[in-house]
Amino acid sequence: MAPAIELRGITKRFPGVVANERVDLTVDEGEIHAICGENGAGKSTLMKILYGMQSADEGTMKIFGDEVHFTSPTDAIALGIGMVHQHFMLADQLTVLENVILGAEPTKSLGRIDFDKAHEHLKHVGDAYGLDVHPGDLVEDLEVGERQRVEIIKVLYRGAKVLILDEPTAVLVPQEVEELFRNIRELKAAGSTILFIDHKLDEVLEIADTITVLRQGRTVATVKPNKVSARDLAELMVGSELPTPATTESTVTDEVALDVVAVSVVDDERVVVEDVSFQVHKGEVVGIAGVEGNGQSELVDAIIGTRAVSAGKIVLLGVDVAPTSVRDRRERGLAYIPQDRHREGLLLPAPLWENAALGHQTRPPYSKGFWIDREGARKQTELIRKEFDVRTPGVDVPAHALSGGNQQKLIVGREMTSNPAVLVAEHPTRGIDVGAQAAVWEDIKAARAAGLATLLVSADLEELIGLSDTIVVMLRGRVTATVDPATVTPRDLGAYMTGAAEAGAA
Amino acid sequence: MKFALGRRMLLTMAAPVTAILFALVTSSIVLLASGSNPVAAFGDMVGHASKLETMVDIFNRATPLFIAGIAAAIGFRMNLFNIGVEGQYLLAGLVAAHVGSLFLLPPVIHFMFIMIVAMTVGGAYAGFAGVLKVTRGVNEVISTIMLNAIAISGLVAYLIRVWQAGDAIQGGVGRVGTTPIPESGLLPNLNGLLEIVTREVRQGKELTGMLIVAILVGVGYQVLVNRTRFGFDLRASGINPFAAQVGGVAPKRMVVIAMILSGAVAGLVGLPEVNSLGFFAANPIQGLGFTGIAVALLGRNHTAGIFVSALIFAFLDISSGVLQFTGAASREIVVIMQGVIILAAVVAYEVARRAREREEARAAAAALVEAPA
Repeated sequence: MAPAIELRGITKRFPGVVANERVDLTVDEGEIHAICGENGAGKSTLMKILYGMQSADEGTMKIFGDEVHFTSPTDAIALGIGMVHQHFMLADQLTVLENVILGAEPTKSLGRIDFDKAHEHLKHVGDAYGLDVHPGDLVEDLEVGERQRVEIIKVLYRGAKVLILDEPTAVLVPQEVEELFRNIRELKAAGSTILFIDHKLDEVLEIADTITVLRQGRTVATVKPNKVSARDLAELMVGSELPTPATTESTVTDEVALDVVAVSVVDDERVVVEDVSFQVHKGEVVGIAGVEGNGQSELVDAIIGTRAVSAGKIVLLGVDVAPTSVRDRRERGLAYIPQDRHREGLLLPAPLWENAALGHQTRPPYSKGFWIDREGARKQTELIRKEFDVRTPGVDVPAHALSGGNQQKLIVGREMTSNPAVLVAEHPTRGIDVGAQAAVWEDIKAARAAGLATLLVSADLEELIGLSDTIVVMLRGRVTATVDPATVTPRDLGAYMTGAAEAGAA
Repeated sequence: MKFALGRRMLLTMAAPVTAILFALVTSSIVLLASGSNPVAAFGDMVGHASKLETMVDIFNRATPLFIAGIAAAIGFRMNLFNIGVEGQYLLAGLVAAHVGSLFLLPPVIHFMFIMIVAMTVGGAYAGFAGVLKVTRGVNEVISTIMLNAIAISGLVAYLIRVWQAGDAIQGGVGRVGTTPIPESGLLPNLNGLLEIVTREVRQGKELTGMLIVAILVGVGYQVLVNRTRFGFDLRASGINPFAAQVGGVAPKRMVVIAMILSGAVAGLVGLPEVNSLGFFAANPIQGLGFTGIAVALLGRNHTAGIFVSALIFAFLDISSGVLQFTGAASREIVVIMQGVIILAAVVAYEVARRAREREEARAAAAALVEAPA
């Protein structure tokens, strides 16, 4: 039997860069094949070529034995290849069902959309793969994890036989990852071929039948998971040991920087955050653990000021800021690293120095009174570039030209250099490579040692346990446990997060 | 870096030039198909436009188009579509002309007063749409279209009767309108300035003094948007409202302010006509607001671009008048051209934007390979 995918000698050059150099990849039908490698290793380019978004300069591509030349994703979809992107491609204003059928609408006479049929088909797909979604929900109301599920269903709905998943676990907690893996195994049992990109080696070893490692655009090795250890894989990927998030000694002071007092948040008459209280001291990192959709992001919104609290106080350096604006809070020393840097963190078409100014545009060195201080802003951005190792040819380059890791380093840099008292970091290392991740961890550790109070929300439990001095667990909008990261394991934490640790609960 | 800048400029210029060439070709085909000679028609237009008197007319038309373009651009900069420039300028011009005729003030102050009234009326009227958007979630496209209807066929049509001066005034038949504004409320024409560099302007043509106001508005817009904190907030909201909000920009407040500002500038669009007639005509020039939206689109919301595109639209409008006399073609051909220019410009700008983004990403990647950090 011919392999599902066979790539031979794929080479893709961009001016000055070779993204892929003679890459070989063989994926057998019905297997789960993982692609590992740091950001910049050429995984994304390879997947884009396979999905028809870009064409290779050299090399051949065979799908189920037939040589193909894709000119657009439409060609790939026609041959049963589907892709779930890391940055979701969903229309926020449409419902789950509408998003799923978008571009592949079943029609009745006169070209009317047959919603009944679509509904039935969606239910069928959802049931078959155990993916639970509400067809009528608006996508803008969904959490990241739920959006991902919609993306997967969207691809399955189009009859994909080969699924490409771009870092699907980055947004999930262990229990959800297990569910995803169960789904992937079911897909495999049903005859589908899965190609997935991942940084997390333990996950790769658990799920994959075959692993291909890319480094600097080349295929380094193709291995079986039972023949290698995580350490072997890490060395293949980066050529050195993986960094760890763990902090050393405690720098916690007894000065409270952020005091969240009995905060509740109501969204659409639904209580999403209920009576939450905790304190963050100077020099302390407080982690918030929770399965996505349990009120963490609403709580963060309330602290930042983009969402009103229905009850409670948010005391920032002794002042209740609950009734004030985002700008007021920022001027008082609140810094924020948003969970989705493209959506909430950056002005993609604008130059880096304007991106650095965003959120700090009312203060020097970015402005002088009424005026924007272009010189000051450029100098400050230059400083951020040096201190936070933002790899860019200059500060006038638009933000979209940078890689994800460098975009994130810019955001971390601009927040850290604004002399903040409290930092709220929401998934600060999501979707960035190992090197950038280590840099962000180092920055947070250094700021902690310098007396910064940090509130860390993360789905990466190792990161949460490693960086935090205290971990608060949220479940269904309430704080259900406070645990000591020194003694808790990711598995125990996962149990608290899903409510399994409370006897008889959930 | 210099080379890259040159390429960027080239890419930026390529789009509108392509759009205009495409419009020329399309309209030539239309002319040929309808039995006219495109070379003769365009020749007549260019020949007519090269006369000094026609040029004065073109600048007099470009002035309100430019102001309307700036008004639309203020909205565009934060993704607000102010379709209501039309209604705002007609209402503002009428009220300002009427109020201006009621007082006698010292020269410069009197004119400033009329301008302030016009801007206040335009701003307040556009502000409605802003308030509706942030309080009731009404899309500003819908509300400004409806407000246009209310302003043009409602308020202006009614008030012009109420405020109409007793009899035909000044130039006689067809020159009806509000009570004339005293001399102190009008700007002098710029013929004196123009004649320094050219010959005497004949046929009673007058280059509008509002050209100076328009230039000030254009410079003010460019400075406000690019150099001030307010402009930064405005652009940030336009590029990414979520990031802007997280960055401390109050989105609702910005919507209202941007609409008011857009409307205030729109309020000035009717003043060149008021200024040249001395009153608000019962049948004022209409459509400047809608054309202004097109002008802003072609001009990429940039002062210099809007200026050039206002001149292009004014040239088409004015120079096509000659076709009625020469009979080379129907003057409606310019309407086709204007439409095609806009359609082609939208497509060309998008193509250019994508090309530029790719180029920038490659340039950034290449620069890093050459000099690894």
